[in-house]
Amino acid sequence: MTLVRPPLRPLLCALLLNLPGTAGAQTPQALLETFTQQARNEDRAYTGPSAARGGAWFRQQHGGDWSCASCHTAKPHNPGRHAATGKPIAALAPAANPRRLSDPAKVDKWFRRNCRDVLARECTAAEKSDVVAFLLTAP
Amino acid sequence: MNLHMTRLPLLFAGALLAASAAQADDARYAPASALWQSECGSCHLAYPAELLPAAGWRALFASLDQHFGSDASLDAATTTALLKEAEARAARRGSGAPTRITETPWFRHEHDEIAAAIWKRAAIGTPANCAACHRGAERGDFAEAQLRIPR
Repeated sequence: MTLVRPPLRPLLCALLLNLPGTAGAQTPQALLETFTQQARNEDRAYTGPSAARGGAWFRQQHGGDWSCASCHTAKPHNPGRHAATGKPIAALAPAANPRRLSDPAKVDKWFRRNCRDVLARECTAAEKSDVVAFLLTAP
Repeated sequence: MNLHMTRLPLLFAGALLAASAAQADDARYAPASALWQSECGSCHLAYPAELLPAAGWRALFASLDQHFGSDASLDAATTTALLKEAEARAARRGSGAPTRITETPWFRHEHDEIAAAIWKRAAIGTPANCAACHRGAERGDFAEAQLRIPR
């Protein structure tokens, strides 16, 4: 028993540490740090996440008909509605909806799709970092 | 002979009953997989796969990045799984490869008594909004008993 115990601990820790990066949950804060790090790797001049910049970016159009706010509303603590189909969309801010920004695969999927719809391209890490910072601000 | 004659109307009634039961069944679809419900139901109703022919589903899943004006792209494994489910449940009738359910001859026939002005009502908006009138649409129940057209 005493022989088994010591190696188990590091193994468990390794598993727990691994989970967020692979298949499991991730805190919005960790997500923000990941995007910020990526943003710094992409652009050395990136000064760090700005909720104010993210909020403005969230509400403005980027050459097309839609902004993020078209579906998620200008106040993402409120539920939204799909701009084309009218289907209700649950609130985007984690404070209002704890399931948001908790699954990295889902976050990647929806950034990819929605950025192409709104900006006709994928978003940069800096844009993602700023917008996540905005989503984490109090209503 | 006598026996045969008396049985005939009964058989006939039985056949009629079976036909109407089949028709009623047509309007209720078995639940889709959890994957279908979540992936196809985020932005709109998770439409029953029975409403398009397999060729239509193949065309639709081949162009998810341009999905009626939105990018609905998925990873390859998820796309393959959903297409497999669609092909297994797809409509047996219908020709060509329609991707828009509301433009199939079947849909038009089923809704030919709905005037254009009714589709435009605020509570409906578009023929794609099944659940506006078909109150059981979210669980695949399109039976007439569940039908109520909002004012």
